[in-house]
Amino acid sequence: MKNAVDHSQHAVPEGRQTTMNQFTGQSLSWDVKDGVIELSLHRAPCNEIGSRTLGELEKFVGALAGLVAESHALIVHSSLECGFCAGADLRELYQSAQKISKNEARQGVREFLERIHRVMNTIDAAPIPTIAAVHGVTFGGGFELALVCDLIIADKMARFCFPELRLGLIPGFGGIPRLKRDLGNGVVRDLLLTGRSINATKAQSVGLVSQVAAEGEALRVARATAAQIGKFDRRTTLAAKQFIKPIPYEELKREIDIFCELFAQPAVEAGLRKFVESTDAQPYLP
Amino acid sequence: MYPSMATIDQTLDEILTLAASHFKVPRGRLSPDDDFFKTLGIDSLQTLDLLTRLEQHFDVELPDYELQGVSDFRTLAGRIQARL
Repeated sequence: MKNAVDHSQHAVPEGRQTTMNQFTGQSLSWDVKDGVIELSLHRAPCNEIGSRTLGELEKFVGALAGLVAESHALIVHSSLECGFCAGADLRELYQSAQKISKNEARQGVREFLERIHRVMNTIDAAPIPTIAAVHGVTFGGGFELALVCDLIIADKMARFCFPELRLGLIPGFGGIPRLKRDLGNGVVRDLLLTGRSINATKAQSVGLVSQVAAEGEALRVARATAAQIGKFDRRTTLAAKQFIKPIPYEELKREIDIFCELFAQPAVEAGLRKFVESTDAQPYLP
Repeated sequence: MYPSMATIDQTLDEILTLAASHFKVPRGRLSPDDDFFKTLGIDSLQTLDLLTRLEQHFDVELPDYELQGVSDFRTLAGRIQARL
């Protein structure tokens, strides 16, 4: 069966893997430096998560068990100037869905979401501390990727946003349960129901971001934080992480169901079409 | 005694100065009723950057939806003034 997102073409991600510790793909790369895994996103225009990125993320989580054996922390960051990640690749989603029936599209979306949730849950449960070093646009699925990490360290110019309701959808990569895990419901509702973006200072004030870095310094601050984390006993660190950061599996499953129900609504197709046909260079912006 | 609040003209002047400095446009080329997208030659990503810098400079929150349809400096100053 064809999927709404055409992952058949990218089932086995291409890329250059020189050793288990190093990979360079079309959407991301990873490396281990000083006991820290650095996962770098680099897919233009702004790290939109489509089938290729998903395939490479799956490759990463597949290698993670081996990587953590000789690492004490993971940093996720973007090497693109525009920002951390603009979210799901809505152009790919819309264009793929146009080629198949609505039922096939809905099934394809569910399969995509189940795959990305497996990736997110694996990073969320990683047996080492994880840090998202974010800058610029951290929207939608990009925000959700940051939320799976134990700490978010933000460049002062970072902005966070869940714009999904503009398309008639809710966040689908685990955003709501994980935002609820970390923040008060009032802030969650504000971000979700208004679709507004907030800056790093605001994000820190509500407890989303743990440290704000100067412009261009988030990765450096994340590396310093990872080095500090590495001083502690590994088993104790893991026990602390598991104690304070439960994974809301039931709510995550429910989120997929709600997303798929909403995806069948005509308003979504209209919203996606408007997005795809926009001539704006960054149509995901509010 | 309340601290004196900036007037709309002061706010407007600070916006123009900040925009000129950041986007490297001569301050004298910017006027209150200019369309800042055109005058500064910025796209929506740079507009988001400007929004963040304005929030930091004035220590306010500017929800995106309050700025929808706003394209001139004077109206932008009014939105900021309402949050000071």
